[in-house]
Amino acid sequence: MARVASETLNSRVPDGRIEEKWDKHRFNMKLVNPANKRKFNVIVVGTGLAGGAAAASLAELGYNVKSFCFQDSPRRAHSIAAQGGINGAKNYPNDGDSVWRLFYDTVKGGDYRAREANVYRLAQNSNSIIDQCVAQGVPFAREYGGTLANRSFGGAQVSRTFYCRGQTGQQLLLGAYQGLMRQTQLGKVKMFARREMLELVVVDGVARGIIVRNLTTGQLETHTADAVVLCTGGYGNVYYLSTNAMGCNVTAAWRCHKQGALFANPCYTQIHPTCIPVSGDYQSKLTLMSESLRNDGRVWVPRQAGDPRPASDIPEDERDYYLERRYPSFGNLVPRDVASRAAKERTDAGFGVGDTQLSVYLDFKDAIVRDGEDAVRKKYGNLFHMYQKITADNPYEVPMRIYPAVHYTMGGLWVDYNLMSNVPGLFVLGEANFSDHGANRLGASALMQGLSDGYFVIPYTIGDHLATTDLPEIPEDHPACKAAFSLAESRLNQLVSVKGTRTVDSFHRQLGQIVWDSCGMARSQSGLTTAISEIRDLREQFWADVRVLGTGDNLNQSLEKAGRVADFLEFAELLATDALQREESCGGHFREEYQTAEGEAQRRDDEFMHVAAWEFQGVGEVPTMHKEPLTFENVPPTTRSYK
Amino acid sequence: MSSDILSLNLRVWRQNGPKDSGGFHDYQLDGVSTHMSFLEMLDVLNEQLIESGEEPVHFDHDCREGICGMCSLMINGQAHGPDRATTTCQLHMRRFEDGQTITIEPWRASAFPVVRDLVVDRSAFDRIIQSGGYVSVNTGNAPDGNAIPVPGTTQEVAMDAAACIGCGACVAACKNASAMLFTAAKVSQMSVLPQGQAERAERVTNMVAQMDEERFGACTNTSECEAACPAEVSVSHIARLNREYTRAALTAR
Repeated sequence: MARVASETLNSRVPDGRIEEKWDKHRFNMKLVNPANKRKFNVIVVGTGLAGGAAAASLAELGYNVKSFCFQDSPRRAHSIAAQGGINGAKNYPNDGDSVWRLFYDTVKGGDYRAREANVYRLAQNSNSIIDQCVAQGVPFAREYGGTLANRSFGGAQVSRTFYCRGQTGQQLLLGAYQGLMRQTQLGKVKMFARREMLELVVVDGVARGIIVRNLTTGQLETHTADAVVLCTGGYGNVYYLSTNAMGCNVTAAWRCHKQGALFANPCYTQIHPTCIPVSGDYQSKLTLMSESLRNDGRVWVPRQAGDPRPASDIPEDERDYYLERRYPSFGNLVPRDVASRAAKERTDAGFGVGDTQLSVYLDFKDAIVRDGEDAVRKKYGNLFHMYQKITADNPYEVPMRIYPAVHYTMGGLWVDYNLMSNVPGLFVLGEANFSDHGANRLGASALMQGLSDGYFVIPYTIGDHLATTDLPEIPEDHPACKAAFSLAESRLNQLVSVKGTRTVDSFHRQLGQIVWDSCGMARSQSGLTTAISEIRDLREQFWADVRVLGTGDNLNQSLEKAGRVADFLEFAELLATDALQREESCGGHFREEYQTAEGEAQRRDDEFMHVAAWEFQGVGEVPTMHKEPLTFENVPPTTRSYK
Repeated sequence: MSSDILSLNLRVWRQNGPKDSGGFHDYQLDGVSTHMSFLEMLDVLNEQLIESGEEPVHFDHDCREGICGMCSLMINGQAHGPDRATTTCQLHMRRFEDGQTITIEPWRASAFPVVRDLVVDRSAFDRIIQSGGYVSVNTGNAPDGNAIPVPGTTQEVAMDAAACIGCGACVAACKNASAMLFTAAKVSQMSVLPQGQAERAERVTNMVAQMDEERFGACTNTSECEAACPAEVSVSHIARLNREYTRAALTAR
């Protein structure tokens, strides 16, 4: 069993009423004089919504920014794939929304496992984000009169979601990217594309730089700075199949973890209910269909298990609209974790449809009858088009088939209220941190968090660190830089020198299967215990038998993948350990031992109302757990009910 | 479709690095399911190559859902292959016949030098955006979102243009390797929106100058770019760019 540290973590949440915390904190933080900002260098790793927004905003303030991404251009980061929208508490539709309601919904949606003060700040910033994006020229949907359009999304009972057709993430990311390109032109940002972060440089306990591999030339590079801002996304690809982009990985976060940064709540993973089902063994990734589809689509399975008839031949009274049946007040709009588990429950019970019987129907028949095909096409045309591309089925004529898939990870590196990790000078933003979504993220909240962290939190909080920390200049040949450099170098050499027989992908696929089976939509003590020993065995086999051809001296995509999978093989053990330790069900973490008689998640607030932040103790060693107790002064915990 | 399983002859461009001259290699690939995506087919090829001791074919890809713009590939001479409005990652093998020969090449353009095999360097696109493809608004400067009304029809035009994924298919499809459609998409988005008015003239002037500097070719209005564009960006945006460019020249201060 894991050792628990005796001292609890200090989140450094300021005192005072929740509405005043952020204002007062901004006043109390130390400022860097405008003329002095140009003396500080900041590294930003990742160019998604959090990283792009942070790099552009910090450069605008006058800091010298170096921005890194592993893709060929900063415009490619996976934020670009977000479809549905971004929440803002503008209350433009006059339907009763407010900062307080967005805050309340997010805390409740996270199943009371998020930090209240962070969530309140997120809700406060949500309005400024909309304004900022509009000013950048993001083409949000509009009403005929020219005002911004809103829709209801993902379990919210107000319409607070702003959107750009089904490509909201793309448009928001391009807004941030364009800001970043503008600062590059002005010379305040130096852009380093096709670079992968391999190590963190820590000098006297303070983060002072990174080691990256230039993926084109294979050369390792040392970059030093006064602060490092990590915006490297989530770890969903530990499951091999997920809706993440192929390159998404845990490497940067994991290397920071190995240098002392605590990893919080890794077992909080989000399985998204509306994805295109797996079709074969060659499958490389899963494709999400925006949950905005649930606004008009109805989810059902046949009442008769194994019903062989095509959907159109099954009469209305032989269909089980199970979400509407189980959750009459929210119906098809229940939050993601609830919808995913309900789909699993039906398919496990034998009611699934399709060749594999591992899918359920999402049906637009009624919406098409009610609103007309044109209206449906206007709202969802690109999603229907994508579905048809992949499956060769026409969703205007036959219901879509969907199944849950790994989509987002709420866990991440532990950060305090300033978004600084326990390693001073290492800030963590966006999906890479753990802070705002608790055990389950609501729809249209990821874009909001990434941009809030990047545009409206880090610009203030980084100043406090820079102004209050002694930061002597670090030359690139500093012993700490050299040590990190040789650590990265020897690991790469190790990977190419195994010269085994199995491909990297074969290990990744096998790891994904272990983690999905034991640590997916349902988890149990016995499954997790077995998984931990399987992961250890697989890791051993990997280092004995992986085959990475070529050298490290040029573009070598196998070597890149091998490094990422090697880290997933270490990380997966922590994921399972955290899931094993959390003996309750909450949000996306469902322990079979802890459920109500009706099969709903059963929290155990008396014992588990805390953040579990893990300290690395060595590969294969039991990590030490640090607790951050959570208190709910403004949104008293209740049993989440969507009935 | 006669069969769910295909055997294919692949002619793949292999080039060890930017300075290598490169050439086609032939590979026979059996057991390809028609449900696979094109890139999954290449994954299967690569697994087999690695098992046989040959380095895998390098190609760019990331989101595999048609939005990041990272995948490319000339497939039988067509950018992103035979389907309209489809990126290579969204192209599925049901589109091909059993026994077919498929020729796979990188984007060909002097402004997109080959890095390795099918991977090219598209950083020229970033530099075009750097030269003016934005609204100069610092974080925190924005008025309330509804203080800038945008008529629904204008927003639709802006969104049509903004849908560009920056993949470079327009350049690859063009006999002149022109980047007009890419550049026009951003110029057009910003020139119709009220937010873009302040920098309207210098934006188009600078972006066109940067496009020329990157050695992209001239546009001769053949519309191959539109036909190849996975985001269905229309050449009408090129017409708008030309108008904007003339307007900027005539109204120069």
